[in-house]
Amino acid sequence: MTIDTGESEALQPAKAVFYNDPKVRAVFWQIVAVVGVIAMFWFLIHNTITNLDRQNIASGFSFMDLEAGFAIGEGMVTYTPANTYWRAILVGLLNTIKVAVIGIVFATIIGSVVGVMRLSPNWLVARLATVYIESLRNVPLLLQLFFWYALIVGILPRAKEAYGPFLGVYLSNRGFNIPLPDTWGYMGLLAGFLIALVAVMWLRRRNKKIHDETGEIKNTLGPGMLIFAVVMMVGWLAGGAPTTLDSPEFKGFSFTGGGEVTSEFLALWLGLTLYTAAFIAEIVRSGIEAVSKGQWEAARSLGLKRGQILRFIVLPQALRVIIPPTTSQYLNLTKNSSLAVAIGYPDIVGVTNTTINQSGQAIEGIAIIMAVYLTLSLSISLFMNWYNTKLALVER
Amino acid sequence: MQSLKVIGLAAGAVMLAGQAFAGATLDAVMDRGAVRCGVSGSLAGFSIPDSQGKMQGLDADICRAVAAAVLGDAEAVEFVPLSAQQRFTALQSGEVDVLSRNTTWTLTRDTALGLNFTNVTFYDGQGFMVRTDLGVTNASELDGAAICVQTGTTTEKNLTDYFRATGMTFDPVVFEGFEESVTAFVAGRCDVYTTDASGLASIRVSNVENPDDYVILPDIISKEPLGPVTRNDDDEWFDVVKWTVNALLNAEEMGISSANVDEMLTSDDPNIQRLLGVAPGMGESMKINEEWAYNAIKQVGNYSEIFERSVGTDTPLGFQRGVNALWTNGGLMYAPPIR
Repeated sequence: MTIDTGESEALQPAKAVFYNDPKVRAVFWQIVAVVGVIAMFWFLIHNTITNLDRQNIASGFSFMDLEAGFAIGEGMVTYTPANTYWRAILVGLLNTIKVAVIGIVFATIIGSVVGVMRLSPNWLVARLATVYIESLRNVPLLLQLFFWYALIVGILPRAKEAYGPFLGVYLSNRGFNIPLPDTWGYMGLLAGFLIALVAVMWLRRRNKKIHDETGEIKNTLGPGMLIFAVVMMVGWLAGGAPTTLDSPEFKGFSFTGGGEVTSEFLALWLGLTLYTAAFIAEIVRSGIEAVSKGQWEAARSLGLKRGQILRFIVLPQALRVIIPPTTSQYLNLTKNSSLAVAIGYPDIVGVTNTTINQSGQAIEGIAIIMAVYLTLSLSISLFMNWYNTKLALVER
Repeated sequence: MQSLKVIGLAAGAVMLAGQAFAGATLDAVMDRGAVRCGVSGSLAGFSIPDSQGKMQGLDADICRAVAAAVLGDAEAVEFVPLSAQQRFTALQSGEVDVLSRNTTWTLTRDTALGLNFTNVTFYDGQGFMVRTDLGVTNASELDGAAICVQTGTTTEKNLTDYFRATGMTFDPVVFEGFEESVTAFVAGRCDVYTTDASGLASIRVSNVENPDDYVILPDIISKEPLGPVTRNDDDEWFDVVKWTVNALLNAEEMGISSANVDEMLTSDDPNIQRLLGVAPGMGESMKINEEWAYNAIKQVGNYSEIFERSVGTDTPLGFQRGVNALWTNGGLMYAPPIR
């Protein structure tokens, strides 16, 4: 047996020149891309610094330690104009987070309800939900914010002629002025509430376990209410049984005492919530419709009612479809809260705008705003991804 | 988010811009054949479009005078309406050549922002406007008031300084847009509106239903010298703007107006001859034509004409000259000599 080595060599593919080797090429172009990106950023940063320097514009973040010198309308931490710019921006950041968190909670609730309503067999309910969704989804948010703000400021009376008090609450075009607890004694009541909450949740879990194991249905509602009543009463007595409240009172120009929910916050919260809820409603509807008809029919044949089918069969499955697009609605709501500046709510953009103007540090200010929204958005994404993984279908 | 967009763009422009050279602005203006001038565009008396859409007011006329001096044509101006907040970034990034937008001359703006203020074209001060039915007669009664204010101005800080100094409290409601801030005040969201006294007068005549329902308090809480601004890397252009305004003031002082400027060409007064370019040299030293001041006065008018036509006693704003009179009449307007 002879082997023609010459022929077998000819059968092998010719060795490619190194620059035609796909592997070498891939590595080469990746290196070129990385170098290009780095060079571009280096150019931008270097050029910015050079230009700022040439135009004698101060740069850097050292200005942030200076006294801010401007007042902010509302905030969740104490702030005076004598504080630094850092503190001022913290106030703005917390205001943004406040409206985003409260907005997300309410948008989720309203969106879920409206989404289910739109699938209702009741003609009127379904049409109402459709009208709500189509009208709010298709009008620009900024316009809606102006609308709500004009409505609140234009229709409600001036502070002097405020409506109220209803249960100590005054309503004017400044917003709501509400009574607040005036002593630390109320902390007892709060502690009682929290302890009762934990106890009731434990009770509910136990009852569910009993139900799963033995099929016996135990009532949670009655004992739960009793636990709340008793434990909160004990907490209230332990706190010295306080009865007085710090009520708002109109003096001179404005209300003193109590707490205030400004009309700027109300308008922003209302606008963001209703707008985002319309989108969430559509997501919820599509999620429910994604659950196959067979599931409904199977549940119905077991004798479950519509509410029970939704709660036990359809929604748990729909949730897996609903969560990812809802995450982007949460991100939208958070980012849209930057429109606050148009209606005078001191959010991170509003406060940073003032900072930019007082200090002249535009690039630094914009960088702060970008960093804040990036961080907020990534945090929401991370949380929702974690939640999504938790709910994901576990193959057994 | 219009303003954020502009600031973002301008910041981007600063990042990408190449090297500029001193004197570049004048060359650019001559090449372009127009002066790009940043104005407010919504402040009656200073810069606001009239019924034909033509920008009118004191700030707008300063732009026209500069265009007349440099290009010989007062209408060779591209007006760029800027919000209070966009204005400095727009100037820094070269989007406008000169900013003539009721801008207060302060130390930080002059230094840290890389800008130069050329002259004072209007001496102003911050005041308060309240509804007449509140019965307030002066600012010391404003403790606890809600105050509407527009962001991006020195106003916010003056306001805070005043209330800190007097130990009073207030509740600021800060808007980005001028219109929104005024609307909220008129709707009664705030007890007080604050801005420069000239701005208050402008709002009182043009933004409210009945001017008598509102009263401007007598207190002036700050010094607000308003004037044109240029970048501080271009002395040549800075000089052109500065001396154009000085020429308008000198013209008033010498009694030269748009009506008699042609007769004045034959004047024997060497000061007038130098100003109008009959005796050459002034224009050349600024690298512009010798008729610069003649064109500005002829086409736009001297300072007095501009003042009276924009904000003077015959206009709805009805300002007296007051501190804005020439130094020879007991005011603060004093221009260095043209020689």
